[in-house]
Amino acid sequence: MSSLDAATVRDHVRTYIIHELIRDPDYDLEDNEGIITGGLMDSFALADLAVFVEQTFGVYIPDPDLTVDKMDTLNQIVARILRG
Amino acid sequence: MLTPESRFQYQTLLDAAALQANRGDAPAIIYVSSEQEPVKVSRDAFRRKTRAYGAGFLQLGIKPGDLIIIAHLQNLESIFAFWGALRIGAIPSMFPTLTEKLDPQVYMHNMNALVARSNVRLIFTSDEFAPTMAQTADCPVISSSELAALAVEEGIPPNAWHPPRPSDIAFLQHSSGTTGLQKGVALSHQAVLNQLANYAEAIALRPDDVIVSWLPLYHDMGLIAGFIQPLVQGIPLILMSPFDWVRHPALLFRAIHDFKGTLTWLPNFAYNHLTRRIRPRDIADVRLDSMRMFINCSEPVRQDSQQRFLQRFSDIGVREEMLAVSYAMAENTFAVTQTPPGRPPRLDTVQRSALQTEKIALPSQDQGDVITLVSCGPAIPHTEIRVLDEQGMALPERHIGEIAIRSDCMLTGYYKRPDLNPFRDGWYLTGDLGYLADGEVYIVGRKKDLIIHAGKNIFPQDIEAIVNDVPGVHPGRAVAFGVHDEQEGTELIVVVAEVDTQDLAERKTIMKSIRQEVARRTDVTVSYVTLVEPKWLIKTSSGKIARAANREKWLAERRTPKATRA
Repeated sequence: MSSLDAATVRDHVRTYIIHELIRDPDYDLEDNEGIITGGLMDSFALADLAVFVEQTFGVYIPDPDLTVDKMDTLNQIVARILRG
Repeated sequence: MLTPESRFQYQTLLDAAALQANRGDAPAIIYVSSEQEPVKVSRDAFRRKTRAYGAGFLQLGIKPGDLIIIAHLQNLESIFAFWGALRIGAIPSMFPTLTEKLDPQVYMHNMNALVARSNVRLIFTSDEFAPTMAQTADCPVISSSELAALAVEEGIPPNAWHPPRPSDIAFLQHSSGTTGLQKGVALSHQAVLNQLANYAEAIALRPDDVIVSWLPLYHDMGLIAGFIQPLVQGIPLILMSPFDWVRHPALLFRAIHDFKGTLTWLPNFAYNHLTRRIRPRDIADVRLDSMRMFINCSEPVRQDSQQRFLQRFSDIGVREEMLAVSYAMAENTFAVTQTPPGRPPRLDTVQRSALQTEKIALPSQDQGDVITLVSCGPAIPHTEIRVLDEQGMALPERHIGEIAIRSDCMLTGYYKRPDLNPFRDGWYLTGDLGYLADGEVYIVGRKKDLIIHAGKNIFPQDIEAIVNDVPGVHPGRAVAFGVHDEQEGTELIVVVAEVDTQDLAERKTIMKSIRQEVARRTDVTVSYVTLVEPKWLIKTSSGKIARAANREKWLAERRTPKATRA
């Protein structure tokens, strides 16, 4: 993916989360919903997202940014990816 | 070192090598994290710190035999407090900390149930959580900084120290959840020392070993293999927080590389987690050649998990003979079996149908209807294993029955539960189903419904009780069970609940509430929520929800393409 636009990134990440991590394709994931704090997936998922983000968007998220505080919602994850 | 030969020289855990004066500057613990430089605690510092924490407890009026719950982050303070409590003959027990997901009220309700049942005298927790906890706890609560202020030895008369006796209870281990908390496994000093001596022989422990662990200390594998063992044996422990590791899995390998680690214990899911979720650049310069054994323990071992791990990491030094297996449980302090060092575990390929219907493990050369099981190895020294039929009679080799054990390192009993006798004629019945072949143990299932998710025992009744309270679910018409997931290498949790409503929005709300409530009250993530119409669930003739039958029904429906479903 050459340039990242917010809508595409959001779409990709949302699809990945509801299919692979929540395992319910019908789930209506809200942009500000706590994915980990809301009990939708456990903290393994952060490491999983880190791999997905690097493979899909070429963005390497360093360890200090892989925390529940910083990566709990779709909005936070998308914003972090767009920062590159 | 503590071995079966030197066992007579040790009386209690206080004879630990890390407490002895020799080589005082050698590392006892090195704490690593993804955020800061490693913190080294020398044997001298460990001795001083644990004595000071013991003094702090004495000043709080703690007496020998008093139960102290350590509900703290996994850090050095918890460790000093645990060992400080041992030094004054008090009984410490590690308890999971509050997390982002858990509801503090529910957490405190569980804690207070434990306080009442087990007569807890003191809770030690973090500064952050102490004020909330102190408001609701039914016993005194002390924070990190309060205890640190009291942790000075001056002014404590020598006769205030009461070292424990060998038969005294050293500490308790608890399983998780409402059900698990009702049975605190009480272990004596002599039982723990026997286990460590026996296990040292089983893994050929050496003075130059280095143990690396991310395991939680409230779990038997983390507490014994990844905490008590290295400190008693005087082997360096490289420790990290499980929260840190699960988010940054490469941390384990970087620690092995940096400190020339030789031994680590991992539940099966961890092999998958490491294989799938370490980013190449996080281990670019890492080598694992120093390792002697990666020991797979505390959930069913899957050959595919081990093989994928080997494939991915053979380039950086993982070799097949490093992959080892142990079968362990808190009631035996820790290990029951261990595969011998230096060779991979044996594999047993048997006929699937005979295993399931005739309860016999018949070796098979065919490619067809077979299943390959991974051996857990032979019993460790001074431990006997039998496989029993329904009547409690010993079965011959390759016949499947309940695994029973007898050893010199078993629990004294369940703490303050004289109504529960864990033994039958001196044997502990494990509830695990398996067989013996050529003296090695193979586990095939469990007698009772229990979900093992990521190495953690989860009682389905605890989850069902929560789901039954979710508005919209027919009370008493919900079931929870585990299904093995090949990608994750562990059981994932499924909830099936009967509801009346056909309204899509309402159904979505119910599904969301089920996930949220279970997480909020147990810290466990439900992977699949399926809502079904009334009368879908199968009940037994006595009216109880039949978990195994409903699991089969759910799996069968998932195998059917969605379009053909009703």
